[in-house]
Amino acid sequence: MQITLTVNDAAVTREIEPRLLLIHFLRDDLELTGSHWGCDTSNCGACVVWLDETPVKSCTVLAAMADGHRVRTVEGMAPPGRLDPVQEGFARCHGLQCGFCTPGMMLTARWLLDHNPDPTEAEIREALSGQVCRCTGYENIVRAVQWAARHEAGGPGTGPGAAGPGATASEVAG
Amino acid sequence: MNAGRANRGAYGPVPRKEDARFLRGRGTFVDDVQLSGMLHGAILRSPVAHARIRSIDTAAAEAHPKVKAVLTGEILAARKLAWMPTLSRDVQAVLATDKVRFQGQEVAFVVADDRYSARDALELINVEYEPLPPVIDAERALDRDAPVIRDDITGKADNHIFDWSVGDQAATDAAFAAADVVVTQDMLYPRVHPAPLETCGAVADMDEVSGKLTIWSTSQAPHAHRTLYALFLSLPEHKIRVISPDIGGGFGNKAPVYPGYVCAILGSQVTGRPVKWVEDRSENLMSTAFARDFHMHGEIAATRDGTILALRASVLADHGAFNGAAQPTKFPAGFFGMFSGSYDLRAAHGQVTGVYTNKAPGGVAYSCSFRITEAVYLVERLVDLLARELDMDPAELRMKNLLRPEQFPHTTPTGWEYDSGDYIRTLRVALETAGYAELRREQAQRRERGELMGIGISFFTEAVGAGPRGHMDILGLGMADGADLRVHPTGKAVLAVSCQTQGQGHETTFAQIVAEELGLSVDDVEVVHGDTDRTPFGLGTYGSRSTPVSGAAAAVAARKVRERARIVAAAMLEASADDLEWADGRWQVRGDPAQGKTLAEIAMAAHSSLDLPEGVLGHLDADTVYNPPNLTYPYGAYICVVDVDPGTGVVQVRRFVAVDDCGVRVNPMIVAGQIHGGLADGLGMALMQAITFDADGNCLGGSFMDYLLPTSVECPSWELGETVTPCPHHPIGAKGVGESATVGSPAAVVNAVMDALKPYGVRHADMPLTPANVWSAIQGTPLRTDLALT
Repeated sequence: MQITLTVNDAAVTREIEPRLLLIHFLRDDLELTGSHWGCDTSNCGACVVWLDETPVKSCTVLAAMADGHRVRTVEGMAPPGRLDPVQEGFARCHGLQCGFCTPGMMLTARWLLDHNPDPTEAEIREALSGQVCRCTGYENIVRAVQWAARHEAGGPGTGPGAAGPGATASEVAG
Repeated sequence: MNAGRANRGAYGPVPRKEDARFLRGRGTFVDDVQLSGMLHGAILRSPVAHARIRSIDTAAAEAHPKVKAVLTGEILAARKLAWMPTLSRDVQAVLATDKVRFQGQEVAFVVADDRYSARDALELINVEYEPLPPVIDAERALDRDAPVIRDDITGKADNHIFDWSVGDQAATDAAFAAADVVVTQDMLYPRVHPAPLETCGAVADMDEVSGKLTIWSTSQAPHAHRTLYALFLSLPEHKIRVISPDIGGGFGNKAPVYPGYVCAILGSQVTGRPVKWVEDRSENLMSTAFARDFHMHGEIAATRDGTILALRASVLADHGAFNGAAQPTKFPAGFFGMFSGSYDLRAAHGQVTGVYTNKAPGGVAYSCSFRITEAVYLVERLVDLLARELDMDPAELRMKNLLRPEQFPHTTPTGWEYDSGDYIRTLRVALETAGYAELRREQAQRRERGELMGIGISFFTEAVGAGPRGHMDILGLGMADGADLRVHPTGKAVLAVSCQTQGQGHETTFAQIVAEELGLSVDDVEVVHGDTDRTPFGLGTYGSRSTPVSGAAAAVAARKVRERARIVAAAMLEASADDLEWADGRWQVRGDPAQGKTLAEIAMAAHSSLDLPEGVLGHLDADTVYNPPNLTYPYGAYICVVDVDPGTGVVQVRRFVAVDDCGVRVNPMIVAGQIHGGLADGLGMALMQAITFDADGNCLGGSFMDYLLPTSVECPSWELGETVTPCPHHPIGAKGVGESATVGSPAAVVNAVMDALKPYGVRHADMPLTPANVWSAIQGTPLRTDLALT
């Protein structure tokens, strides 16, 4: 079957098998390998992408279901050469280690801040609770989201060194 | 001593170099590797735990239009490749020939044009199994009438693997005979799985023309894997290149060579095209290296006033169907001999018996520092039980018995030489950070109201950085690691190391180590790793060995460069090398600091036509192999506070204080991150994670719907503290930290829950302390957590 959708603001038309999962369509057909395949059962969230404006676990969404919709992946979180505040927060607060869960975590965090610009720690933890990180114990992921929220509010505490134990004045490379 | 001081200019919370690619989805994990003409492999696995294979019919699969090859054990046996060596001098079936020995065992391998077609073809293979009775209960494995699992081993008539013992039995018996108080406890450390978020996989590319094999794989030990492939597949080692690209977490799960890697290689050989194999989550949980499964009996002896005299440990170790434990070969029970813990004991004696069962192979994985996890859990539970028996506060009992600073270096009753420590100070910091006295007051008040609040302490000592090559090897390969440091003419440096990051941030930490030694910017040092064609030989990353071994190698190589630079600088400054001193990150004339040269200036001169003294050929490059003189011994004091709902058995971890001493911290931000992750692991093991089996050997933890991992809502905000006692024998005083929190934290959580349940008279319940298990313990019968017998 043929599907037409928008992926990171670009129109895409492809011939696919009806059973193809969205995660494999993104990774294998479009070579957008930033989204990861972690568990098959919607438990780990390594595959989280946005379908229209909502985070979904793309290992349990058929590519066919994305026909006519908009998909956003980590590769489309920020224009080239720039970082979304959530991405910057993850770097400043050491919110990632192996990097495998990171794209899904950041996309959910972005969604949270779009709907709740000033979340409490409990609200951040609740928003991320459908996703698993095996490296960070979640501590610095929470701090990363808090950093991004403060940064977007333009308030105090977003300057150099304000991110937490790992923060320095260095800009993020890249 | 603090890593953040001015004389450690490159040390500190430097943002990670790795992050830039991961934040943009630009990492390269194994499943991201796409090669021209690449095929996809899939493994047919056994649905049963123990059965004889009567026949395998692959005709329909081979007829599938997109299938390029089907491999079976019979085909591999014809090439003498059906069995491969494990890391513990046993063998493991690549593809089953005679029998299947655990649910999920590899039976056939299909290579097809795409991922989905390979899976489709698995459905077309017909295997006829003759069921055999399985051995599931490890405690029945040595029964006289138990079915023999490993009848492939000539003359094997039972399921026994090894007996191992350590310590002075007579001295231990004497200490127990003289004791006022003896406390004993059976305790299970259940089977758990490391479950890295990225499963295992490989892309194998056998170049028919050059005869060179390139394999991208999820390997924590690329060099060791290369040698194993060379020995097992009879390929010349210089024609094998193992690449470990970005690895999505390892935790020990990615130390062994798995049948899937071998099948990908053979699939590429057979088809002449690259073959990718990536397992799914169920395959990962059901067939790759599990951890623990230690059935322990512990005894502790003490005087009435609370002086601990001696410890005994007796263990039954369930190794599964093949002995594939990934550990130094001379240590069949790993470093479990560390069970005497952090205390000043007269004597200790331990013995471990390993057995086969019809379960997946493994045993040593999951950030366990080669089974120190089990050792710490045993001793720290026993100390808590002793405190209860003596009616002493568990903090006070530990304070009374911890090794004192003047006792270091300290040789334990089981033969380990602890290098340095100030244990009492570290425990004191933890107690102060937690507000221990106030917590006890609060607990007393809550108990009066019928509320279940628990406070648990754990003090652990680790032994990491394996290891001295005279004692420690894996399959004969000594555990020394190389480093190769090149300095380009403009003063930019490239460090190549044998270890392999799986998220630990080596690209940053090791750059900091070199930058500090050479007065460079961290940005001016590139770290190369994870590619056997580009790095010196070494045993890889597990057992918290990267900074203790490869970090030391990096520092030693950098110091060699610095000494070479001194000679060149002397020529540049027309001074004697003896008159130069290294200060402010450059070589300068002693007493005349205006006369000095930076490494960048020296590097350019070393590559120039400058007249150099006799014996210096030019360039500054240096390499080394670091053979650790001893293990390093990080330690820590952990305090956990829990609330238990008596009606449901639900445990909520309210606070967790972790004070670690891992020596000098190169990058405190990364160190803290390592500790955070380990604490979540410990919480998970204590409260929710376990791989169990039913009576038929069906794995009941084969997906993330059944094998529960902690999420952001189960984890508290971790409260960290630190003390710094440098390692006396490590070039930069570092001790390693990757596994400390996983090793130390489960006992703190369990001690806290048992403390909470004290009003019910509950002494002990095995992990995981699920609501059902806690509720059952309150009712007086805690669950057996290794089996779900129906």
